[in-house]
Amino acid sequence: MTLASRRYAGAVVLRVEGRLDQDTCDTFRADLMREVDGAAREGGTVVLDLSGLEYVSSAGLRCFMLASREAKAMQARIYVAQLQPMVDEIFGISHFNLVFQVFPTVRDALAAVSPEAAAAYRKA
Amino acid sequence: MRIRFWGTRGSIPVALTAADVRDKLAQALVQASGRTFATYEEAHAFASSELDFSITHTFGGHSPCVEIELPGANEYFVCDMGSGARPFGVHVMAKQARAPATVNVFMSHVHWDHIMGFPFFGPAYAPGTKIRIHGVHDVLEHAFRLQQSPPCFPVEFDPLGADIEFVKLTADKPHTVGGLTVTPHLQLHSGDSYGYRFEHAGKVAIYSTDSEHKLENRAEAEGFAKFFRGADVVIFDAMYALAEAISVKADWGHSSNIVGVELCQMAHAKHLVLFHHEPANNDATLEGLLKEARRFEELTRTDHALKVSAAYDGLEIDL
Repeated sequence: MTLASRRYAGAVVLRVEGRLDQDTCDTFRADLMREVDGAAREGGTVVLDLSGLEYVSSAGLRCFMLASREAKAMQARIYVAQLQPMVDEIFGISHFNLVFQVFPTVRDALAAVSPEAAAAYRKA
Repeated sequence: MRIRFWGTRGSIPVALTAADVRDKLAQALVQASGRTFATYEEAHAFASSELDFSITHTFGGHSPCVEIELPGANEYFVCDMGSGARPFGVHVMAKQARAPATVNVFMSHVHWDHIMGFPFFGPAYAPGTKIRIHGVHDVLEHAFRLQQSPPCFPVEFDPLGADIEFVKLTADKPHTVGGLTVTPHLQLHSGDSYGYRFEHAGKVAIYSTDSEHKLENRAEAEGFAKFFRGADVVIFDAMYALAEAISVKADWGHSSNIVGVELCQMAHAKHLVLFHHEPANNDATLEGLLKEARRFEELTRTDHALKVSAAYDGLEIDL
């Protein structure tokens, strides 16, 4: 499980790679909360780029839920983007698509954040 | 072993309304558009084979009551005394044909939806009937007496005709009751609840309702996987979708269809039965949750397939 961070104007894109289940969720959760906390303090939006996420279990989904709760408490937002077909289906099955705004691509998510974030992404 | 569901709804009984029935009928007519049926049997065959369960049936409305029938046994075994205990009592009295019955009850806990059927359980009024109410809670007898105390109910507990005994069980210890091996297991729920593992003639049935699972707790998950290990059927509290269970309804003491699939996969159980349906969910929503659980099982299947069903009042499962 890896988590890589890149900043685009007021947005932080976190690229998640690997399998997120009970074996990996504790470490992932700590890393994710730290990133969300940092981004939220700057009033930004976090975009979770899930193009590298192969599988997510209920324990992994709970990490996303806790991060969302933390972000909301700090008046920040989390968007989710570029889900692989299986993860996309699990989001639907678990009704997480009703909790998170899901975008087909990172570019679409950043366009919803701000024109500046989308422009910064295009230039990168 | 046969499992017979007399009550499958959680929290409070519900009933189909006139509007619900009219809606189902209208949907069936639309789907049959252009078809003609010369006989009742032809129409019945169409309804059975081509229409969704949620159009032709209802998951039902009684609160929890699940019978375990053992072949050749002359005693009854039943989990919880929700409002489904009323039709269960009618069944017992009809089957006994005035002969006294012995009924073994196993209580998950004493929240109202799990005891409310007892004042309407016919055999409790029949002299000669033996009712043994088993459970782990110290408050078991108090709760049964309390709900029949004035001003809540016109018949108090003491005048009931049956010989009623309360039997204390110990968690995680196998007990033998009328030839059935029963092991209770502590579950996370307000005031505690207990799941039951029933074993008889090589078959295993689990009754696990009103049980929340904290997903970050690996030891808890492994404990339940051990409790469910190799079960032929797991009757599981799947009151919510996962997102609901771990957000707005976290700490409400219930679980989800997805966690049911995951725990049964860990336990190598054979058949998951979604149970304790949310009263706000209509039949179409419940059928949707069942389809989602089945699809999740397909997506995450490894070395063995898990059958997934949703309980409804009247469902029978033979093991």
